[in-house]
Parts: sequence; C-alpha cells; structure tokens
Amino acid sequence: MHERGQREVFCGLTGIIWLHRKIQDAFFLIVGSRTCAHLMQSAAGVMIFAEPRFATAIIDERDLAGLADANEELDRLVTKLIARRPDIRLLFLVGSCPSEVIKLDLSRAAQRLDSVLSPGVRVLNYSGSGIETTFTQGEDACLAALVPEMAEAKAEDRSLLIVGALAETVEDQFRRLFAEMGVGPVTFLPPRRAAELPAVGPGTRMLLAQPFLADTARSLETRGAKRLAAPFPLGMEGTTGWLAAAAEEWGVPRQRFDDAVAAPRRRAAIALAAHRERLEGSRIFFFPDSQLEIPLARFCAAELGMTPLEIGTPYLHREHLAEELALLPAGSRIVEGQHVERQLDRCREARPDIAVCGLGLANPLEAEGITTKWSIELVFTPIQGFDQAGDLAGLFARPLSRRDRLEV
Amino acid sequence: MHLAVWTYEGPPHVGAMRIAASMRDVHYVLHAPQGDTYADLLFTMIARQKARPPVTYTTFQARDLGGDTAGLFKAACADAYDRFRPAALLVGSSCTAELIQDDPGGLAEGMDLPIPVVPLELPAYQRKENWGAAETFYRLVRAFAGPSAPPPGTARAPRAAGHRPRCNILGPTALGFRHRDDVTEIVSLLGRIGVDVNVVAPLGASVADLARLGEAEMNVVLYPEVAGVAAAWLGRTFGQRTIRAIPIGVLGTRGFIAEIAEAAGLDADVLLAAEESRLPWYSRSVDSTYLTGKRVFIFGDATHAIAAARVAAKELGFAVVGLGTYAREFGREVREAAAEYGVEPLITDDYLEVEAKVAELQPELVLGTQMERHIAKRLGIPCAVISAPVHVQDFPARYSPQMGFEGANVLFDTWVHPLMMGLEEHLLGMFRDDFEFHDGAAPSHLGHAPTPRTEPAPEPALAVSTAAPAVAPAAPEPPGQPGWTPEAEKELGRIPFFVRGKARRNTERFASERGLVRITVETLYDAKAHFSR
Repeated sequence: MHERGQREVFCGLTGIIWLHRKIQDAFFLIVGSRTCAHLMQSAAGVMIFAEPRFATAIIDERDLAGLADANEELDRLVTKLIARRPDIRLLFLVGSCPSEVIKLDLSRAAQRLDSVLSPGVRVLNYSGSGIETTFTQGEDACLAALVPEMAEAKAEDRSLLIVGALAETVEDQFRRLFAEMGVGPVTFLPPRRAAELPAVGPGTRMLLAQPFLADTARSLETRGAKRLAAPFPLGMEGTTGWLAAAAEEWGVPRQRFDDAVAAPRRRAAIALAAHRERLEGSRIFFFPDSQLEIPLARFCAAELGMTPLEIGTPYLHREHLAEELALLPAGSRIVEGQHVERQLDRCREARPDIAVCGLGLANPLEAEGITTKWSIELVFTPIQGFDQAGDLAGLFARPLSRRDRLEV
Repeated sequence: MHLAVWTYEGPPHVGAMRIAASMRDVHYVLHAPQGDTYADLLFTMIARQKARPPVTYTTFQARDLGGDTAGLFKAACADAYDRFRPAALLVGSSCTAELIQDDPGGLAEGMDLPIPVVPLELPAYQRKENWGAAETFYRLVRAFAGPSAPPPGTARAPRAAGHRPRCNILGPTALGFRHRDDVTEIVSLLGRIGVDVNVVAPLGASVADLARLGEAEMNVVLYPEVAGVAAAWLGRTFGQRTIRAIPIGVLGTRGFIAEIAEAAGLDADVLLAAEESRLPWYSRSVDSTYLTGKRVFIFGDATHAIAAARVAAKELGFAVVGLGTYAREFGREVREAAAEYGVEPLITDDYLEVEAKVAELQPELVLGTQMERHIAKRLGIPCAVISAPVHVQDFPARYSPQMGFEGANVLFDTWVHPLMMGLEEHLLGMFRDDFEFHDGAAPSHLGHAPTPRTEPAPEPALAVSTAAPAVAPAAPEPPGQPGWTPEAEKELGRIPFFVRGKARRNTERFASERGLVRITVETLYDAKAHFSR
C-alpha cells in the first residue's frame, strides 16, 4: 500500500548526529537556514559539547538577494572554521532544503575548497535536505559521497566490505566472527577515521548492514563491488542469514560456519527467551521512520512471536529487502509513505500493544493510553549481531515492562 | 551567510508555533518541506506536552516542487479544518516555502473557510523565533480583540465602585522558560494583593478570551519579547495601562507590586509588608559571605539577563563582569543596564563571540542559556541557566518559577549550587596537592568521581598564554606578550583555579602596561596589589 499526505519524519540532516561520532575527524557544515541549525541543536543539544563537530552556515537575506556571493561567503566561513578546528581531516558541506531550492552548487564549492585545503583536509558534499532525504537516507547520501574517495582495489584482491555505520562493539564482533570463518579481509564503510577509508574494486563483495543504503550500494556497484543478497543482521536469524551470505560467497564449509556461530547463537537464544515471554502474542504497529521497520517487524514476528499490524516505511527498496520480505508473515500490511493523520486513525482503531513511532507522536500516543517505543533509539543503539539480539528485544519489552511496573 | 555552531533562537515560524500551541482552539497550517515536523518534538519532548501541537505541515518533497505546491497547501488547509474544527486558522510559510512563494495567506483566504484566517508574514531570513511569536500574538490580538475596540480617542470608563482592579497577563507561551510556574506565582501574588486576572494569554487562552482582552484596565507584560507589541497596541486601543516591571528577584517583585499598586490605587506598603522571600536572609547569613564579589557573566534574553544582573549585584553581592543578550530588539535596555554595572554590553547572536567574551573575562560563574553551558564546560567554569533556549532538564516537574518571591528562592538555590562551597574553597587555597580535593577537580558536592591529579594542573582556556622560555628572548616581545619566568608560572599555579585566569590576565596587562618583558614572582604580587579586588 502506498500513502501520501503529511509525513511526520526527520530530514536527512539528522544523520549527522550519529555520523559525527562515527567518523571522528570529520566535520559536518550544513549550508541552510536557521531552521536547519535549530533542528540540529534541538536533536543533539541535550548533550553538552565542549567542541561540537557540526555547524550551520546560515543563509541570510543578503545571500538571497544576490548581494553577497554565496561562494565567497562559504569560502570565508570554511576558512574560519578550519582555523578554529585544525584537527579536521574531512569536511562535509551538507545541502539542505533552502540550498537545494536556490540551487546553490555545493558540489562545485566542495571541489573548489578541496583544491585550496588539500592535502590537509578533504572537502566533500551531499544533500541531507528534507525534500530529498528522510532521516537515515542522510547516512546513505553521506556514504555515497565517500565512495568516489575510496582507493581502487586490484581486481584480484578479494575483500568483504560491510556498509553502514555500526556501533564499534558490533564492528569488532563481526570482525571476530568473519575471522573465525576465514572470511576476509573485512573492511567497513564508514571508517572510524577519514584516513582509513577502505579500497573498492571488482573483487569487493559487500554486505549491507543497514537497509537504507540504496545510493551507496549503487555507487559501490559502479566501482565493481557486488552486493551479497542477505537479510539484515537483526536478531538471531537475521544475523545468521547475513553471515551465511558471506560464508557462502567465500565457500566456507558448513561445519566451520556452524562452529563459528554456534556459541553466539546459543547466547542469543537464551537472551531472546527472556524477552519472548513478555512479548509473545503482542501486537505491534510501526510508523515510518528509518527503513529499519521491515527487518524489525520480521525479527519481532519470527523471533519474538509478535504480530505486526501495520509496517510503515518511508521508502521501500524491494531489491535490497527481498530476503526480508520473504521472511515476513504472509499478509503483513506494508505502507510506504505516510498520511500521518490517517495512520494515527488506524493506530487508534487497532489499539496495538506497542506502537513504534517518532518522538513527535510518542508522548501524545502514550497520553492516549497506547504504549510506544520511540523509533529513533533503534538507530542510536547497538542492535545488530547475535550478542545484541537480546538488547534489541529488550528495547521493545522495556516500555511494556515499564507499564506493568508503574502503579501511578 | 554566517556560521552558527549553536543558534539562540529558532526560525520565526517556531515562534508562531509556540503561540498556536499555547492556545486552545487555534490551528496553524504551515507550508514547509518534509522534515520540518522536527519542531513538534520541542513541544512533545522538551516541554513534555501530552498532545501534538496544533500544526499541520504540507511536508512537500522534491517531486512536489515541479507540481502544484499551492494545491498541496490548500488541501492541507481543508483537511486541517475538517479534522480539527478550530476557531481560527493561522497560515504561513517556513523558510523553504518562503522561497517558493506560494502566498499561503492569499490561498487560504480564497478558500472561503467558515472560520477566520489569520495570515502570517514571517521573514525567515531576517527575523527569528521571538519576533515570530510577538508578531503572531499581535496579529491574533488585533484580529480578535480589534472588533470590540471603542472609537479612537474614547476615554476609559473608571472602575465601578466595589470592584477589584482587573488585569491581563500577557506573554507566557508554550516552550517558554518556566512560564508555567511564573504564571501560577504571579496570578497568586496578584490575588493576594487584590487584583483579579481577566485573561492570561496566549498560554491557555481561546480565541474568545482574546476578544475579552479590552475588559481589563491594565496589562501585565511578563515577557516583553512575546507580548510587547500586542500590549502596546492594546494600550493605545483600549486606554489600558501597561505594567512593565519584571517581577524577577526580590527587588524586581517589590517594584512590580509598587507599580501595580500605583496603577490600581492600592497601598503598596501594606501589600509589601505581607510578602516575603527567603532570599534576603539566606543571602545575609554568614554562609553567603564568600559569595561577595564573585565575578559573574550574564547572557540570555534581555528580560532575564537584565533581571539576573540586578539579582546578582544587589541581592547576592556578586560582581557583574559581563552582561549581554542575543535579542537585538532589546539592545537599548541591555546597554542601559550594562552601563549601570560599568560593564561593556554584549549584543550578539553569535555563539562564538559570546564564547570569546567569556574566555576573555574569566568569570567565576556564568549565568546564561543552554548554549552558555557548552561554553562553560569548555572553559571549566560553573554555570546556571537563567533563560531560553533551554533543554528538557529546564522544564522540571517540580514547582520552579523564576518570578515572584518563590522565584527568588529558586534563583538563590540554582545559582549558588554550581559554585564550590565555602569550606572546600578555603581548604583548596591552603592545601593544593590533595589527591582527591585538588585543583581543577569538580566541586565535591556535585558528586563526581575523583579525577586523578595531573601535572601540571590543567588550566582551562589559556592556550594563548604559553610558558615562557627559560632564557630571556634577545629581542623584546611585542606588547601584551610578556614572558613568564618558571618561578612566576609556578606561583601562578598556587592561585585557586577559578580566579587564576583572571590573575594571569591582570598580571600580563600590568606587565605590558609597564613595558616589562619578563614576569617574575615579584611582578605577580605587584599586579595583585595593584588590582587588589
């Protein structure tokens, strides 16, 4: 089902909130309006920063009236910024709705600044505007901008590239598992530091760790990389399927694969069982937010015994999600896009046991007596892999368990 | 274009949202791209409201831009009316919609909706949040109080005998810093001194309430940033007196009572005798003696900054070393206040300028906004929040007004808390090498784990002044850059960290004014005697 109307979602700029932590020597300069700056500080400003790694170049009326040369202005600000933060190695000029609508050419600005600031600082650009990107698509746009920067790997060099920002502990777990199976070398996009950008070539096989990486995958494919079709590494089964795709490609013997995953699978099963007790039979309703909804619904249904009533997603990439869609319970209602008022009507009518939604809807739904799980947390928390399967289930169980505990 | 690490105010349409979300039966249709719904979170998360703000967004996307965005807007208006049945509709654009020029006002008026439509022109590339709130409130007040305005020049009829004076309370909004409790405090105070409240607006008001604004004989403007323009128009139109005293702090509250008493023909002395705050006694008790002359930097919206300066200087005995605001509209008032304390006013919305000023002044306490908390963290200076912008922790569950006598109690506790307590401060001045209570460790009553002592002791924000070479340079250093001898540097290290920055700056100034190339221990003490506080 496809729906259009008011969309209660974030724009792609919000990706900066986790990307700036992931790539530690990168700085994100949004070229936009006061609204963009306000969005960022409303979302991130609860943390007290001694040195934030993002900022906004706010367009003012002089820029709009053409009185100021926007490019000169941008050069001036970037110079000021680099002087203040000499530790920056990678600078992203991030496009916004206003900069897109006035057609400010940030890609040329990035090229120009790059030639001035290189080799100390690389300058790239991508768009995080609301008119073009929804929430996690900001990460997709950012990573896609990194792809042309990746070195050319030799055709005969085989490697596994994991694409999508993952928590550091999760990265390390996957590294160990692949090493045990003899799959490798394994590289990650994005890297933790700008200088550690992996190489890519015809020998590269990629596993997408996140479902929202359409453009990044396409760019990598143009560089010769091949995507391994797999479900996403959420929950015990998703993770097994995801690892198996790489194992199969590398021709890992069945026994060796089973040996490698046996212990963590056992741990995951124990951890999941604890939550399954509380969650089994619960009815869950997903509002669209991050594109993680379909893999999450699959996990909730298959591993926790929950019933997905509606699975909203901002955008559905059928090819990347083919394995996931096959694993969903038959007849699941998938809604691409949003008309938030009608969707709220459906949610109120269905009275789910738990609704997964953004923070603009969560407290109002709670006040109406519907238990919610705020969806953004699913992007900010380590949820991938075997040893996080229990934590992931815990994220859904906690609001329900809280409701059980509170007597006031 | 200008670089904003943090911004003190949101765009003007957020100000308009604050007005809509404050009122009971107004809906706002905002022409805005997908993603601008983030602003809902300000209300549902930061202020923890139970309902979604009454705002419908068109949330257009790139593919809509080639098509009929005006049609999208009209459909959103029709939907919003059908679904929410408000008493009035606000319509306007966000920054991106302003660029595509669909004219929401004209479109909505052409739709013949059965309710009043108030179009908003909020120039997003020139103006900011508080201006947007003030303009929106003014437009609403004109639209709904306007029809009951008497002919121009009509004198206001005197209050009928036996009736208590009546006032409106103007300015409190959703997402306002402590507006919820300030209203409770001031309504209760007015009740005790014999003044009835006609309408509180916009917070909690309906369109029908706005129509009754003219019935009160005076307007209490608690937050001039939001209600100043509307109050001026009401005063002109209905002959209402405007009460401008801001009841923050004991002196502020007394002045407020006196102004109302004068306007209402009541006896202020009688009213004041019955009212009390604990602040005066707490501040006079000997435990507070060490607060004397603590150097404080103050920044915020003009109303809170000016009031805070008065409380700091005259009620707590601090020394105000800096005063500023991000609200250019109120620059004059802040300049006047700054002149009173003999400090240079700082009127800027540039966070980096504020940061530079704090680094230069090296205060012992910063009273500011959420943004100054970032600055204070970077510079290692204690900080308390006195003004918006604020985050979730400053929408507390407990009763915590800033205004009235209870507000003064809250201010005392809040501002003194981040400072190192007296005994600890003394002991630190005497014994500098304790493994637990050492230089640069957080005040122990704030409960952080002990931070290991590092050698040399960390000196926040002094990267500009580096230790002098052991040998005197052959050529004299440029003025303002006298070098420190190692002995003097060591002696400087013995000065408690919260005044060390100031001592370093004073000594360097003293040395460069006298053309000294090297700073010795003697220079340090000479400067200390010269500047003795």
